[in-house]
Amino acid sequence: MTLLAYDFLRNALIGALIIGLTAPAVGVYLVQRRMSLIGDGIGHIALTGVAIGFLTKTSPVLTAVIVAAVGAVSIELLRGYGRLSGDIALALLFYGGIAGGVLLIGLASDRSNANLLSYLFGSLLTTSTEDLIVIGALSVVVLVVTVGARPWLFAVCQDEEYARVAGLPVRALNLTLAVTAAVTVTVAMRGVGLLLVSALMVVPVATAQQVARGFAATMATSMGLGVGYAGVGVYVSFRLDVAPGAAIVVLGLAVFVAVAVVAAVTQGWRRSRIGVAIPKTLDE
Amino acid sequence: MTTMNRPPVPSEPSVRSVLWVADAVVSYGADPPALRRAQLKVVAGETVAVLGANGSGKSTLIRVALGLVPLVSGSVTLFGTPLRRFRDWKKIGYVPQRIGAASGVPATVREVVAAGRLVRQGLFRPASEVDRDAVDAAIAAVGLTELARDPVATLSGGQQQRTLIARALAGEPEMLVLDEPTVGVDVASQQNFTDTLRRFVRGGGTVVVVTHELGPLESLVNRAVVLHHGEVVHDGAVPVAGQATPTSDQVHPHARRDQGWLPPHGEVVRSRQA
Repeated sequence: MTLLAYDFLRNALIGALIIGLTAPAVGVYLVQRRMSLIGDGIGHIALTGVAIGFLTKTSPVLTAVIVAAVGAVSIELLRGYGRLSGDIALALLFYGGIAGGVLLIGLASDRSNANLLSYLFGSLLTTSTEDLIVIGALSVVVLVVTVGARPWLFAVCQDEEYARVAGLPVRALNLTLAVTAAVTVTVAMRGVGLLLVSALMVVPVATAQQVARGFAATMATSMGLGVGYAGVGVYVSFRLDVAPGAAIVVLGLAVFVAVAVVAAVTQGWRRSRIGVAIPKTLDE
Repeated sequence: MTTMNRPPVPSEPSVRSVLWVADAVVSYGADPPALRRAQLKVVAGETVAVLGANGSGKSTLIRVALGLVPLVSGSVTLFGTPLRRFRDWKKIGYVPQRIGAASGVPATVREVVAAGRLVRQGLFRPASEVDRDAVDAAIAAVGLTELARDPVATLSGGQQQRTLIARALAGEPEMLVLDEPTVGVDVASQQNFTDTLRRFVRGGGTVVVVTHELGPLESLVNRAVVLHHGEVVHDGAVPVAGQATPTSDQVHPHARRDQGWLPPHGEVVRSRQA
């Protein structure tokens, strides 16, 4: 492929593929727990971290990881104690995160808006080799946790009360997942941007769960889809000269719609052939 | 576990209990207390039914016993250890009312049942041959081997219930705690479920089952605890045992109260089974 002759493009492609593999591995747990939008919230909070990095002239990725992790743990603790209305608590944290970020970046006057935009929407094409090393190392950690601890994380996300009676360390597992999600958001922010991070965590899972029969299969399929979207998305973005993050997400959504339509048609066809409704849920 | 005969119902506090809830008071916010000094004591080998109408506090009582609902006052002891210090969760198999996240990410029957084995598997240890066999055996015990690779969301209510029972059995517990296991369950699954419990009891297991209708379980149960408005109003023989009632007329406290077998509100009757 002649495209790979360009260093920047090769880095962009490798970065995108790593993010495409990692994001759904975390996203599958968030979707299972019906917290699909939490990645978005963590992304908002991470923006404050980016701004703190600008302000203190340290690595924005490092400060973003720390602030996002603190935010994710706070959300998890609020959820766990159930004291506050979860909905309101999340809204306050999210808006606080994004407003704080914009405010702090304003104070760091030597930084231009272009820099802020590169974090909001991603700047895959400026991925350096050092960036790749950071992305790769953090992704390995995320994959070890999400794939290695799958039975335990699955048990907690699938039925938290049962997991507690089964003596699993529910609080510790929840916090591990929260921190892992925060790390993933910060890793993916370089590629698709904070505003689209959540899409890469959720959209491949939403597509995979329509065709897969089990949890492990959904996880594997969504990771495969994530890699595919990332690869094709980067190629398309280069060809059409559009933002790679947006290209990756739009591609993912297009595949989702296509699979949903095919699934609906085949299911309707099967149902009419058997002549009975397939029971879907336990709802009375 | 010994294969001794079913021990007598405890009449003295000195009899060693596997589950003991004493003077439990639970309150949800400003509502009237869900439990008012409720008692439940179960010894090894017993099969106890906790009966009551909706809102009687029967589910709250066992959720208290498992530490899922905090107590305002009172105490819980599991296998002789206060709940706060109890760590031996592999002795307890919990069957909640319904499957969690049924319409979230799909999960196969086997994946759900395997979650019940983790209590014995140990943290972050891959499943051994023994663990895998235990999961297969639990699935076979509830007759779902053919459906092990199917997503639970596509199963019937009865099959989903059996999946949850298999999950509890996979950890090879000494006591099963079941919350409304027969709600929305077809007759065939109820029978399968009763047979599964009977085998468990024959193996020396203890069963605590919360239900508002006993159905085929009636033949298994040897003591009934009836709750009404958060208080235990009956603790002893199964209310309908021995009475010639049509099978369609299940134990239902409201109906029974109208027929006059339940004691007046608030009065605790201790008519122990001989």
